[in-house]
Amino acid sequence: MTPLTQAPMALTPLFGFLIDAPISVAHYLAVGAILFTAGIACMATKRNALGVLMGIELVLNGANVNFVAFASPYLAGEGVRSLGLDGQVFAVFVILLAAAEAAVALAITLNFYNNHATVDVDRADDLKG
Amino acid sequence: MDLAAQLPLLLGLAWLMPLASFVAILFFGPRMGPHGRNAAWVATAAIVTSLVLSLTAFVVWLGGHPVRAVAHGSHAAQAAAAGHSEGEPTSGRAAAGEHPAEGDHQAGPGDVHSEPHLPAAYAGEWYTLYHSGRLRLSIGYYIDSLTVLMFVLVTFIATCIHVYASGYMHDELHDVTDHEVTLSDGHHLHRAGRFPRFFQALSLFCFSMLGIVIAGNLAMVFIFWELVGICSWFLIGFYYERWTASTAANKAFIVNRIGDFGFLIGLMALWGALGTLSFADTKVAGPDGHELVQAGLFSQFRPAGAGHSLQVPDGMVVAAAAEEVASIAADHAAAPADAASQIAARIPDWRRMGMGRWLLFIAGLGIFCGCVGKSAQFPLFVWLPDAMEGPTPVSALVHSATMVAAGVYLVGRFFPVLSPDVLLVIAYVGAITLFIAATIALVANDIKRVLAYSTVSQLGYMMLAIGVGGWVAGLFHLVTHAFFKSLLFLCSGSVIHACHTNDMRKMGGLAKVMPWTAATMLVGCLAIIGAGVPFVIGLSGYYSKDSILAQALSFANANPGHRILYWAVAGGAFLTAFYMFRLWFMTFAGQPRDHHVTEHAHESPNVMVTPLVVLAVMAVVAGWTLPGGLGIANLLEQSRPAGTAEGMAGGFVFGQSLLFPAEHESHEGAVHVTATLTAFATALAGVFLAALLYLWKVVSPELIATIFRPVYGFLAGRWYFDELYDLLFVKPTLGVARLASAVDRGLIDRLINGVAQGARGLAGIDAWIDRTFVDGLVNATAAAVWNTGLKLRALQTGRLRQYVVFIVLGTVTLFMIASLAFRSSATG
Repeated sequence: MTPLTQAPMALTPLFGFLIDAPISVAHYLAVGAILFTAGIACMATKRNALGVLMGIELVLNGANVNFVAFASPYLAGEGVRSLGLDGQVFAVFVILLAAAEAAVALAITLNFYNNHATVDVDRADDLKG
Repeated sequence: MDLAAQLPLLLGLAWLMPLASFVAILFFGPRMGPHGRNAAWVATAAIVTSLVLSLTAFVVWLGGHPVRAVAHGSHAAQAAAAGHSEGEPTSGRAAAGEHPAEGDHQAGPGDVHSEPHLPAAYAGEWYTLYHSGRLRLSIGYYIDSLTVLMFVLVTFIATCIHVYASGYMHDELHDVTDHEVTLSDGHHLHRAGRFPRFFQALSLFCFSMLGIVIAGNLAMVFIFWELVGICSWFLIGFYYERWTASTAANKAFIVNRIGDFGFLIGLMALWGALGTLSFADTKVAGPDGHELVQAGLFSQFRPAGAGHSLQVPDGMVVAAAAEEVASIAADHAAAPADAASQIAARIPDWRRMGMGRWLLFIAGLGIFCGCVGKSAQFPLFVWLPDAMEGPTPVSALVHSATMVAAGVYLVGRFFPVLSPDVLLVIAYVGAITLFIAATIALVANDIKRVLAYSTVSQLGYMMLAIGVGGWVAGLFHLVTHAFFKSLLFLCSGSVIHACHTNDMRKMGGLAKVMPWTAATMLVGCLAIIGAGVPFVIGLSGYYSKDSILAQALSFANANPGHRILYWAVAGGAFLTAFYMFRLWFMTFAGQPRDHHVTEHAHESPNVMVTPLVVLAVMAVVAGWTLPGGLGIANLLEQSRPAGTAEGMAGGFVFGQSLLFPAEHESHEGAVHVTATLTAFATALAGVFLAALLYLWKVVSPELIATIFRPVYGFLAGRWYFDELYDLLFVKPTLGVARLASAVDRGLIDRLINGVAQGARGLAGIDAWIDRTFVDGLVNATAAAVWNTGLKLRALQTGRLRQYVVFIVLGTVTLFMIASLAFRSSATG
């Protein structure tokens, strides 16, 4: 517990309950949010197109964690008749789409590289208005 | 010999020959040899053929109607009857009997011997233009000895003029530089020659004139009358680039239209009241298939039943008594046949009451009005002197055989229809014309103008002669005048051709260099003044002028109130002699006045001199009567309209006292001797005075002109008729036109322009609203969108990482707003 309690104390009022409480949906959501934020930060700071793509993967996976978290049976309302797999199915779709997107994005990146001999996204400003 | 078939064929062909020539030259003229040189041959060949055909017709006529001397007895009926018994029965009469449609009267063969005098005539129709009910228009013919004579005259003179013109017009065979036309660049007009065009118009002119002569009805006369008018317009305006020539042509045409207006009124009066314009009776198919004889003008005005004396025709009486006719028709509405018989029964009463006399007067006066224009009588004579602008052969033709002759011919042809009142008007118009024109001719210096006024004066003679009852005298003078006036004009043309000027003051002494022209012109002058040895022999003018003078004297004796007509004729004879010999002396006698003019003068080529000689011979012999009685006067006597041999008495409008003595009375001793001696004395006095002034130069003409300056100025100014007409008619017309133009421009145009400007102003306001508000709204929207776009453009940096930041920040902002809103709604 100590390493965790040595976490920045400033955040303790907000996130302290995560340390004390048992693993719940909130913990999943926190992981998703961290992943999402890390992804965004990666997208916003990386100049390498492959780094940006990695950031996108992080964002998508952060979203997937959220999907799965919200699919928790504890959150399901009374009398809901379903398999309770909606979140997981969405996650699978997202993974699928992420693969497809990655293929397309990598193709674009390759082409870009062919044309400009670089993968620096700051150089890809041809769509400037 | 069947004259009724031969004469129309011969004269019809003679009539159509010039038309064929016209058409040929019209289409192929420029291709007839170099510069259309052969057009002259085509036209001349056509007119010569016409002449041959006319002469054949003349011989055929003489074969059928031998000319006999007219007995100068006091018993006209006996004389005429005797004439008939010698010539009777003429084949013409027989033909007329066999073919009533072609005869000019309805008299059966049995009536012939009891009739006092009937002209031999053949009438018929070639082609019907229009037929509706009683109204008919047709191309027909009316042939009597006058027609035949006129055909010979016109074709003969036209032949001479064609030959002459083929020499005179040779300038037109190559390009012409007209020194009388200066263009705006200061050069003289240079144009192509118009040789074929001249002969083309000349042919049409002859065709038109022959059409008038042969015409069988007044409508046809009118058609060819107008054709003559347009031909004169073509020919007078032949040098149409010259301002004077084109205005002269227009003047002739317009002045003639004034006369033709009267002609139309006369035509309408006759057509409306009588339903026919045909001279002679015609046979028409009736409604039930039977042939009806429709009475012509002559037999309606002088019916055989009334002894061929002039009476108001039934049609005119009924037309004048329209009210009574209407009331009778209303009374007998149930039985129209009764009404018709009632009306027929009342006609003699109405006629005695004088109904229709004004209509008769107006009809005659209207027809005469046309003749006033065509024959250049007072007050419409002003066009003729100006018509001298045409080439000289045209002047000769216009002044002798064609245009001006048409008017006199028509008055002669129409003579039986003219009432005593109309005849009196004609006589006075003729007298005024002859006097005015003769006085102007005294002082004119242009050789052609002297002749032009002489023509006007001589036409006055003819009109006066017919007006005082001298039918033969007037037409006789028409024929003789045609010969010597065409001769005189062609001589003057020869002089002008040699001198290149019209001014007699620059001539003189030309007799030495132009002997033939001088001699033939002397013959012409002698003929026009009526020279001759009294009671023995004389030139053509001697006979015709004497008969006019005798008839005028006879008329003056019968009507002492109108003695002035006789003095006009006698005074006119004196003036004629003076101005004609003034012309001859100034031109040919004495010494040359201007060497520039005369030194290059030469006799004209043979092609021009030959017609002069031929015409000079005719001017001498045309008046002679051959021992057998063959002469123009006796020939004309054959055509004397029925019922006019005995003279006429009474007048419808101007009182009952008029008395028209029979023409044969003027041949009686006392009258004839007085007239002949008067004519001789006046002519001699005129020649003597002219010789005093211009040959022997006893008194200087300039001195006389100075002494009588006002009179001289008045005459030299041509009585100021042109100025008077200018003041009376042209200026007011122009004034009215200007006023109308001012109203048009100032009022109507201004109104329309104002309306247009108002509409334009409204449209301007509308356009302003449209541009400012409607367009403004649309443009402002577009501009706002545009500006916004421009500003937002800065956001599109093309930097992906920035986009990511924006997306994130935007999403976060949206979530914050959404959460704030959710919270406020949840708490609120």
